[in-house]
Amino acid sequence: MSGDHILTVDRLMMRFGGIVAVNELSFAAERRKITALIGPNGAGKTTVFNCITGFYRPSGGAIRLAHDDGRTIQLERLNDFRISKQAKVARTFQNIRLFPGMTALENLMVAQHNALMRASGLTLLGLLGLPSWREAEQRAIELARTWLNRVSLLDRADDAAGNLPYGDQRRLEIARAMCTEPALLCLDEPAAGLNARESGGLNELLLSIRNEQGTSILLIEHDMSVVMEISDHVVVMDYGVKIAEGTPQAVRDDPKVIAAYLGADEEEAIAVMESGT
Amino acid sequence: MSANSARPSPAAQPSGSAFILKKALISALVALVLFSLMIGVRTEAGPQGGLIYWTRFGDLAALVGAVFGGSIIVELLRQWWGPVDKDSIVPKPVQSAISFAGRWLAPALLVFAFLVPVIFYNQRYILDLSILVLTYVMLGWGLNVVVGLAGLLDLGYVAFYAVGAYSYALLATNFGLSFWVCLPLAGILAAFWGVLLGFPVLRLRGDYLAIVTLAFGEIIRLVIINWQSLTGGPNGVSGIPRPTMFGIPLTPGDDGLAARLGIEFSPTHRLVFLFYLILAMALLTNWVTIRLRRLPIGRAWEALREDEVACRALGINTTTTKLTAFATGAMFGGFAGAFFATRQGFISPESFTFQESALVLAIVVLGGMGSQLGVALAALAMIGGFELFRGFDQYRMLVFGIAMVLLMIWRPRGLIGHRAPTVFLERNQAISSDLVKEGHG
Repeated sequence: MSGDHILTVDRLMMRFGGIVAVNELSFAAERRKITALIGPNGAGKTTVFNCITGFYRPSGGAIRLAHDDGRTIQLERLNDFRISKQAKVARTFQNIRLFPGMTALENLMVAQHNALMRASGLTLLGLLGLPSWREAEQRAIELARTWLNRVSLLDRADDAAGNLPYGDQRRLEIARAMCTEPALLCLDEPAAGLNARESGGLNELLLSIRNEQGTSILLIEHDMSVVMEISDHVVVMDYGVKIAEGTPQAVRDDPKVIAAYLGADEEEAIAVMESGT
Repeated sequence: MSANSARPSPAAQPSGSAFILKKALISALVALVLFSLMIGVRTEAGPQGGLIYWTRFGDLAALVGAVFGGSIIVELLRQWWGPVDKDSIVPKPVQSAISFAGRWLAPALLVFAFLVPVIFYNQRYILDLSILVLTYVMLGWGLNVVVGLAGLLDLGYVAFYAVGAYSYALLATNFGLSFWVCLPLAGILAAFWGVLLGFPVLRLRGDYLAIVTLAFGEIIRLVIINWQSLTGGPNGVSGIPRPTMFGIPLTPGDDGLAARLGIEFSPTHRLVFLFYLILAMALLTNWVTIRLRRLPIGRAWEALREDEVACRALGINTTTTKLTAFATGAMFGGFAGAFFATRQGFISPESFTFQESALVLAIVVLGGMGSQLGVALAALAMIGGFELFRGFDQYRMLVFGIAMVLLMIWRPRGLIGHRAPTVFLERNQAISSDLVKEGHG
């Protein structure tokens, strides 16, 4: 079944000096599925994300991305902006990183930078205002409009992103990531700071992205209602290693996972579970 | 005043004469401590080489008294003014008047600029001054790309101005190339040096970037001074050819423009020509910048200013984005430099000191970073205003400094502080400067 995996993380290592943040982590994310990466604070989830999205260069191991057309890309060899440009991996940030002084629409236009650069003939054709560029720009605006509509922010398109409420900013950041037309969307705690209604809306949005766009999603999340409701596969980390993986149901009942979250020994957790049943 | 009294009363703010007196006393005390040594005691080397001193307690008392009185006046004014926040500083009617004026200011200025040579045809001084102002408008617009849009603090902008000026001067005097051939060459060479500066500073931010660009400006100047065989060193380059109107020289000779048109020769013709030349070049800079802002590269510059990490996550090559910003800004600086050389006919390293960089940067910052109209207004105020204060003689710098401080208190984000979006669906509304980042580099 390895052909179905869009992302394969193979014995990933990340050291910061003497600290091993991620230790021989291996997992895979299936194509057109939602994979959740969970774990207690400081487990190394965001470090894994930063390795996948090129913000860190891993100390060891391999990260392979298999595209629909059969291309396989070694992500650990790419860095920086190339991950998004060539490998088509988009990400959002734990603490939202929009362009606050630009409008919501402009934020989505910046996300289409590479496509628009090509259409504008590396600026030269655009400077002359050729019709081909105007059409491309109009298409980009239409794509942005579509996504603004999807995240129900169409009426706030011309407002500065920094002026939007927190929940709207979260959704706008997802829309912005989707405007890069990614194969894999990496979300770092998309539900953090959202109320119950907003996180319900987020679930619908993520499911619709998976079902309609066919984008594979990898997400880090603390909000278990989100994880349990939408993820197809859950990977649990603690202290930089994988301690469990499986369906949401299987993970929820795993004593190791409960132990990690409660900060207790495994035996104690089993004892607690058995006394409960 | 009515708007202020309608506001929830400033009950929390202590008022009354006791408070004012206390505040004034504290100010006076601070002034006493500060000035007691600076003014109260004066020392000088005596005739025998020993140190002699005498006291000036009268002057000191006058100054402390002035601070005391001034402090009371300031405090009274402040209470009359109401609580200090953005709304109360500029009353509503004034704000709406400003926004109305703002809409018509740019076209009005443009029309006025076109008419300057007509109105002031016989006033050589004003024509000269307006050419100088336009040169700084162009420099300001060029630097605005780097500082205002891309958010990269560049303290060495004068280097590109120098590269442009020397490119034209040397190419014209050594190889006899015409101004119109040298102008693009000067731009290309300056852009090349912009990229060269860009490479080492790609990873630098903020203060570090400022220091390296400052050093770059000084390096270029020192190289020009010391490379005597090429640049003539401190003596500069003289005899730089004047520009021709597409091959027709503006001279009194038989082949000159005046003779061909059959009108009487006047040296003002050249001034008028230079005026329209720099106006056209400045407007080209403006047009290209406005155009670029609406292109992906311009949006990437602004996005870079807002958040570099997010840019990288969106697949934007921050290296080339920064380098193109440096190159574009430098290119306009190079054009302006070539114009400067042909206008002066003589250039020397003295024209390209750090003070020029600081002046152009001040124009960009005062104008409101990223605002084209603001930069033009600031250049007019800084260069033209500086001339206005010529009568103040030695107090000119003082008045100028006070004016700048006041402006920064009232409009901390420059004359035009808000940002206009580059694209909109329904409403084209300006973005408040509170949200727009200044860039970290």
